[in-house]
This record gives sequence, structure tokens and C-alpha cells, in this order.
Amino acid sequence: MDFKKYPKEYDVIVIGAGHAGCEASLAPARMGYKTLTLTVSLDHVAFMPCNPSLGGPGKSHMVREIDALGGEMARNMDETMIQIRMLNTSKGPAVHGLRGQSDKDEYHKRMKQVLEQEDNLDLKQQIAEEIIVEDGVVKGVVTKTGVFFPGKKVILTTGTFLKGRIIIGEAKFNAGPNQQYPANKLSDSLKDLGISLRRFKTGTPPRVSKKSMDFSKMEPQPGEEGLSFSYKSEPLKGEQVMCYLTYTTEETHRIINDNKMRTPLFSGVIEGVGPRYCPSIEDKVVRFPDKGRHQLFIEPEGLGTDEYYVSGLSTSLPYDVQIEMARTIPGLEEVEIMRPGYAIEYDCVDPEELKLDLELKKIKGLYTAGQINGSSGYEEAAGQGLVAGINAALSLEEREPLILKRSEAYIGVLIDDLVTKGTPEPYRIMTSRAEYRLLLRQDNADQRLTPIGREIGLVSDSRYEHYRQKVEGVKKALKYLRDKDNKVNPTQEVRDKLEELESGNLSKPVTLEALLRRPEISYTDLKYFADDLPEVNKDVIEQVEVQVKYKGYIDRQQAQVEQFRKMEEKKIPEDLDYNQLENLRLEAREKLNKIKPISIGQASRISGVSPADISALMIYLEQYNRSKKDDNDES
Amino acid sequence: MDILREDTITAIATPFGTGGTGKIRISGPDAFKIGDQIFKSIQKEKKLSNQKTYTAHYGFIYDGEKDKKIDEVVAILMRKPHSFTGENVLEIDCHGGMTPLKAVLDLVLAEGARLAEPGEFSQRAFLNGRIDLAQAEAIIEIINSKTEKSLDIAVDQLSGKLSEQIGEIRETAVEVLAHLEAAIDYPEDEIEDFSPSQLEDKFNYIKDEIEKLLKSSKQGKIYKEGLKTVIVGKPNVGKSSLLNYFLEEKRAIVTDVPGTTRDVIEEFVNLKGIPLKIIDTAGIRETSDQVEKIGVERTRASAEKADLVLFMLDVNQGITEEDRKIYQLIKNKPLLVIVNKTDLPANIEKKKIEADFSEHSLIWISLLEEEGLEELRENILKEILDEEISGDDAVIITKTRHKNALNKALKAVERVIVSRETNMPYDFLTIDLKDCLNALGEITGETAADDIIDRIFNDFCLGK
Repeated sequence: MDFKKYPKEYDVIVIGAGHAGCEASLAPARMGYKTLTLTVSLDHVAFMPCNPSLGGPGKSHMVREIDALGGEMARNMDETMIQIRMLNTSKGPAVHGLRGQSDKDEYHKRMKQVLEQEDNLDLKQQIAEEIIVEDGVVKGVVTKTGVFFPGKKVILTTGTFLKGRIIIGEAKFNAGPNQQYPANKLSDSLKDLGISLRRFKTGTPPRVSKKSMDFSKMEPQPGEEGLSFSYKSEPLKGEQVMCYLTYTTEETHRIINDNKMRTPLFSGVIEGVGPRYCPSIEDKVVRFPDKGRHQLFIEPEGLGTDEYYVSGLSTSLPYDVQIEMARTIPGLEEVEIMRPGYAIEYDCVDPEELKLDLELKKIKGLYTAGQINGSSGYEEAAGQGLVAGINAALSLEEREPLILKRSEAYIGVLIDDLVTKGTPEPYRIMTSRAEYRLLLRQDNADQRLTPIGREIGLVSDSRYEHYRQKVEGVKKALKYLRDKDNKVNPTQEVRDKLEELESGNLSKPVTLEALLRRPEISYTDLKYFADDLPEVNKDVIEQVEVQVKYKGYIDRQQAQVEQFRKMEEKKIPEDLDYNQLENLRLEAREKLNKIKPISIGQASRISGVSPADISALMIYLEQYNRSKKDDNDES
Repeated sequence: MDILREDTITAIATPFGTGGTGKIRISGPDAFKIGDQIFKSIQKEKKLSNQKTYTAHYGFIYDGEKDKKIDEVVAILMRKPHSFTGENVLEIDCHGGMTPLKAVLDLVLAEGARLAEPGEFSQRAFLNGRIDLAQAEAIIEIINSKTEKSLDIAVDQLSGKLSEQIGEIRETAVEVLAHLEAAIDYPEDEIEDFSPSQLEDKFNYIKDEIEKLLKSSKQGKIYKEGLKTVIVGKPNVGKSSLLNYFLEEKRAIVTDVPGTTRDVIEEFVNLKGIPLKIIDTAGIRETSDQVEKIGVERTRASAEKADLVLFMLDVNQGITEEDRKIYQLIKNKPLLVIVNKTDLPANIEKKKIEADFSEHSLIWISLLEEEGLEELRENILKEILDEEISGDDAVIITKTRHKNALNKALKAVERVIVSRETNMPYDFLTIDLKDCLNALGEITGETAADDIIDRIFNDFCLGK
């Protein structure tokens, strides 16, 4: 075909400017590469088509990991959010999770400007239609306007745009999220490249008008002081918005049951597989008929709008039923729906087609990130976008790709799960997916990942210094607490103070660390027992307390990580043909050939590969390595 | 996948039950640390972990918990890479007999070593460059065949009561864990909390059931004490000859004067990997002879406690009144009827014996001609294990493994109980509860992770 070649050649082209696309664009640009971001609509950069919030357990962990690696999501949230809370505070330090309400419009505007102001980044409104590949290597992108943008690496972050189709009851039409223009031809282009596509489904609830609701019938859900997502941000200041809690009623459920045949879920219109993680209200009512009511959170979409999001009421019921149903909810008796809820189906890639660096196995230089990989959620998308962006850039310099370990980051768990096990439904991160949950805390994401971000080149001097000070502070405080010279003696004064703190008595001298191990004693309490206790900030105190109080558990998980470390480091050559390994069972051979694991550790997580297969594989690898060594010795 | 862990493994390196001494091999990073925990040198301050490679140390294996000496041993120390596996290796030469050997192994396991998989020492040796390429294929074969066989056997065993019981324990653990995890991952959803006492009940239930299983576990007892096997029969029927056959040496006095074996003789023999503790008795006979009477009483008492009774008949004499009397004493025990002296003329029809003892397995042997003895061995195993056995030790490994896994599960749930009692947050309960579930899964072959997530979404209406 006859395309106009764009006069500038890019190092990295990112298709899509949602949460994955923005991180995937900023990372290579900040690492010094000429980056182009193409989006269907410049008015929807970093748009939140579903809930106006970020976080929750696992998800907020990832936002902090993105921050620690030098990504933008946390900072963008801190600049534009209007409420924040910490969830799960009673269930252990590893599962604390931030939840922030964002101002959707401000979130989009600020992120768009961050992209616009990035030196190496061009942001353009163009509909990508074809990926150009020559000899298995990506060459660039052709857009609807007939222009060919040459690029060395291409990252697809298409979200739900690929052959997007919206369903509201009997009404169906081709559209991307929020009725944007869908990407039909791009989907065909991928198919032509031999990439197998699947059909997934997700949904969103109605948006309703503030003046049509009566908040006095609902429970207020206020925010909390002193919190932020980014390690470097100041806590959110000033007045926070209010969210509200209300519930569905028996009447709501009756209307849903009477009309369920009009939903695509039951009429069979939807082919896509939906997530169990965010079920529609009709799904919940039908699957859990004994549950008398379901929670609904009423959340503002921003300060500059009166639209509210009805969290928990995701639906693809017909519009008329949505109105009838909504009006049975306390506080929503006269509600006006401004945008109906809808289900959306879209094409996505089978993540087993990917390598752990998010490059497609079949096409060199082509990466995918976010919902196109079968995940769901803004945070999951952003985490993958950042990794894909970093890896596109690293491969330009022929550096080793960034592959985060499962013991290192939730982002690592997410990508390893997707690529190694595939996913039968849209994938959501959960803390229960991480086997080393206690090590992957949201309070230590910076300690886990900032050195890695620094090495990559995404962490600025000032952020690195901030991190370094925290680490030094922790080290200094721990040293002081463990120092035998600072032992606390069981004097009368000490005993009185302990009694006041409702703590047990002391019979012999103990270290401050031993004292801090007591659940009822906090770091600041220790000042009563040590005059020159190091003055440290609250981040350091949190670290010290967690590391001292839960040391036994942490050490045990650390030991488990160590035991498996060697297997994670046993690399498997990329070109290994498993069909040659007759000692593997057929099922294992097929699976291994498809996934092409990079290490014995990854291979062991593939379903259908048994311990005996792994043993045989290890012995084969040792043989292979020895024969290779012999070859080298001879030559 | 245990085989992937860079941990410390152990096994009895000499064949079960035979030989004067036995060897326990420990290989891996914690080999010497474990040694320090259980080995007491005769030189008080001496610690194995400070010793040089290729040194031997004399001392005792000591069970600290029970405050008891287990055995007098020589510990041989090899530092990596100067050992067969290329890792730190400690070999403990025990004095002998199944009982001390097994007790030492139990101690090593309790200190955190893992029972080695079939071929695992060799595998480590190969992976650490200690053995030749040519041997690699052979190792793969061992691993493949043994693992598959033990898997098959594990599956067989799991069709029975054990799997049912473990299934029930797992079910409770999965239920609680799914509940805790749902509450952790969906803090804003309405999940009815377990009360502390409900949690306590569930954890105690898990603990009690595991303990019951461990106690009642036939295998556990067999390994600790040997399978108590009593040979009974009227005088001169061939009991001592049978024992001697098992021992392959003549230890009991054999004469043709009835009643010469006065003392109960206990011997361990190795029957295809299963330790049998064979008790030979004096003939059961009403007698006025004081010595003999004690012998009869002893026989009754030992038959009472036996796990398996080998009841011997003499085909040359037919079934006598004495035989019938003895049979009345033992007929309710697990029983094999052994008809000896097939080399002599039969004084009774084969069919008649078969009819009289139709509830039991009958084996026809001649100890003199050594006929039917292989069949006898097979039948003993069949009787113990209620299944056909092929000629290797796969069964033993899986069964020791079961006990091991149950012990691990028990320790984990005990930690959960402590965490709950000290009011640790939910996350800390889940850590050990998962360990417990994974240990049970080692027996049933199930993994916890996917189960839990499925369960979360089956049990709870979650998400927005």
C-alpha cells in the first residue's frame, strides 16, 4: 500500500494513552528515547472509564511500586485526588491498602500535561490501524490518516478498544469505553500477524446526578488525614470530599430477577468472558439469592462535576430497567441516571504469547501491556505499561530486560501469573496471589524497587536521596535498638512506666528491640527508656516497628525465598526445543514449548509440568551446559 | 515443588532392618546445624559445625525434648564441595537395628530436614558436577519411574479412609483461609467475621484431627516399633525354622523335642522395606510344667498385642485339637495361615484345610525345601498394606512421607494457634495456615493457591 512516511523516526511508539500507555510512554522518554504516543482521543488521556478511584489491597501496593520504580501514577493521583483512606489497618502491615478518590477530569488533565511537557515525547491524536512487521521484526505503525510512523519498538496498550462493543440490554453498538471510537482494523492487523486473540468482557455502573439524590439516607464515608500514594508527596491537605454507603433492597432484586432475560448475560448475547472480580449486580443477585442486600458506594467523579459513580451497581440491564432498579435504593428514590451502565466486550491477546518482558514471542520489538494482556484495573495496566516501556528502552541499548521477581514486587507476581499460567478471565491482582505477601508491603516498595529504578535510570537524584535517607534512618534506629549498651534495666521507674503502658513487667535487663517486640509498645514509647533514642520520621518508625515486631515471620518468608532463589536463577536457553527431551511427558513438552520459560523456577509454575519433568529438565540443562563448556574449551 | 528447594535432605542410606549398623545421610546447607542440634560429642564443647572436612566424631544422638540418649554413633563430616552430593554432608553411623535408626531419622526430620525423594542425592550430585554425564540418564530414569510409581501408590492409598480424613481437615482449613483472605482482599465488602472463639474452634479441630491421624497411623507405628508379628502354632510345627528363614541365620534353638523354645525371641527383619518385629513363642499348650506354662502365657499375651499373626499348621500331622485351641485364641487377629512341611506326606486333604480356614489367606510352604516362601512374603505384605506390592520400596517412602507431612501440618497449625492466642493480625494467621494446607497437600497432591481463590469467589459475593 501507499503510505506517507512520517519524517521523524521514533525509538518507541505507544498505541494508546490510558493508564498503561501513559507509563509505557513516559518511561522510555525519560530514559532518553524518542517516543510517540498515539491515542484515539486527546481528551481521554489517562481517562478513568470506570471507577473514579485507585487502590485497595494489592492495587495500592502496585501504585507504590510504580512510584518506587520512577513511574507517574502515584504522583498524578496525589496531585489530583479528593479523598484518601487506609484500608485493612487491623489485618497486618502487609495488607494495608490505600484507597483514593480521584478527580477524574483533573487526573486526565494533569497526566496529559506531564506527557506534553516531556522532552522526548510526542503526543498525537491518531487512530492506529496496522502494525508493520518485516521478517518478524516490528517496523512501525500506520494510522487511519494513511501515515506510516516508523518506530523501532511498538507497545500496544489498547485497553478495551480492540473491536470494542458496548451492550446495554437489547441495545448493542460498536464502541470503545465511554462510547469512544473503537479500534477494529488494528485487531485484524494483529490477527494477520498470527497472534491469537480472545474475547473478554467487563462492565461499569450508571453515573447519577448529585441533585437527584438524598445523602441523608446514606452512611457518610469520610477520608483520613496524613496519607499519600507517592513516597515523596506531602499528605493530602485540606477538606476531602465525602463518599456515601447505601444498599440495594429486596425490591431492587425483584426487578433484576423479573428482567434478567433482557440482560446479555442471560440472553447469551455476550461471548466474552467476564471477571469474577467485578461482577454485575444481576450476576450477584442471581448467584447469591440468599443475600438480602448488596453494598453500594456513591462516589463523586470530581470537584468540577455533579456526576456520581454508583460503585457496586455495574450492569448491562436495559436503560429503562436501570432507572427502575436504581430508584428502589435508599437515597436514590428520585435519581436521574446521566450515563447508563454498560457491558463492554473487547479483543485481547492470550498472555501466554508473551515473554516475561512483555514482548510478543512471535514478533521482535512488539510489546503489549494492560487490558490487552487479559488483566483488569488501572493499576494492573499501569504496572505492565511501566515494565513494557522500560523493557522497550532497555532492549534499544541491548541491556538485560527488567523482570521483577515474585518475591520482589506485585508487578512481578502479576506478569509472571499472566505469562506463565495465562488467564481464563480478566485478571485482577489480589494480595492472596503473592506467596511472599509479608515481604511485599506497601510500606517498603521503595526499599524493594527504588535501587532498581535508579539503575534503570528512572529515579531522579532527589528521589534517590529521599530513599537513601529512609534506609539510613532505619539502619541507624535498628542499630541503636540492638545495642547492648542501650539495654533497659528493671528499675522502679521503668516498671512504673511499663505498668502505665499496660505492658508486662521486666525481670532482667533487655534490649530496646526486645521491648519494641511487645505488641503494646511503640517506637515513640521507647523514648521513656532511652534518652538519646534517634529522632526519625514516621516512615522510618513504621519500617522499624514492622521489622522488629514481625521479625520471626519475615525471616521465615525470607528463608523460603532464598531456598527457591537458585531455581529462579537457573536460566533455560531461549532456543531449547523441548520436543527433543524424550524424558518429559508429552503434555509437559507441549506446555514448555508454548510458554518457553526463562528459568527452572518459572517452568515449575506452569500447570501440567510435574516435579519429575522438572528434575529431568534440570539434568538435561546440566548436560547441555557441560557439553557447551566442553565445546568452548576445545575451541 | 519440594525438589526445587535448596534445602537439606536426609534418608536412611542403608537398607532397612538388615546389617549390624545403619547410616543416616544428611545433605544440604543445614546439615551441620542439624548435626549440632542432635549430636553430643563425648568432648563436651565440641561442635560439628566447627569441624574440618573428612573427620569422624564419636558421640551420642540425643533427643533433647525427651531428654533421652538414642544411640551411640560416629558422625562423619564432609564439607562442600568435597562430598558425594557436592553439598555439606553429615553421615551418622548408628549402632544398628531399625528402632534407633528410625528414631535418629525422626530427629533429623524434626530439626527441619526433608525426606529425600527417590534418586535425589544422586540428582544433587550430578547437578553439582560430582558425577559423570553418563550417569545422568540413569538418574532421570530412577526419578521418573520411582516418582510415577509412588504417585500411583499415593493415589491408590488416597482412595481410602486416609484421603477422606485429610479431605475433611483440608476442607476446614480452606474454608477458614478463604474467609480470611476474602476479608483481607475485600476490606470494604460485607464479610461476616469469625469470632475469636470460632477461629479457635476451627484451628483446634484441625489440630486434633491431625493428631488423631498421626496417632492412629498404622504406618507411624510400624516404623517406630516394627510391625509386631507373632508366629504361633503347636510345638515343632516349624516356628523357629520360619524365624530363622527370615533371619537367615539360626538364632533360636531348634530341636525336635516339643517345647524347647522357652523364651520369646524378638527379632527385626526387613521384608521388602517393611520392618517386621517377629516374635517367636513357645507352643501354646496346656501344661503342668511351670516353665512351659509361662511360655504359653507369654504367647497369649504377645498374640494379644500383635499386629499380625502367622499361624502355622503341619500338613503331615493334619489339624489337631491343639491347633483348634490355638486358633480359638487368635482367630480375631489379622491372620495368615501357613501350612508347613509340604515336603512330607499330607495327612489331611487340602480342601478340608481350605474349608476350615476359608476366611484367611492360606500359604503352603516347605521350610525344609524352601518352597512357597516368596509367596509367603508377598502375602504378608498384602495383609499389612491391603494391596498388591511390587518389589521395591516405593510404598515405604510414600508412607513415611505422609507421616512427615502430617507432622509438618501439625506444627504449622500449632503456630496458627499461638498467633491467634497472641492476637496477631489475620495476615499472620494465613501464613501458617497456608503452610498447614500445603503440608496436607503434599499427601493429596493438591496445591493451596488456586483452591483458595476459587473458594473465595464461590463463598462470597465480592467486588464492585
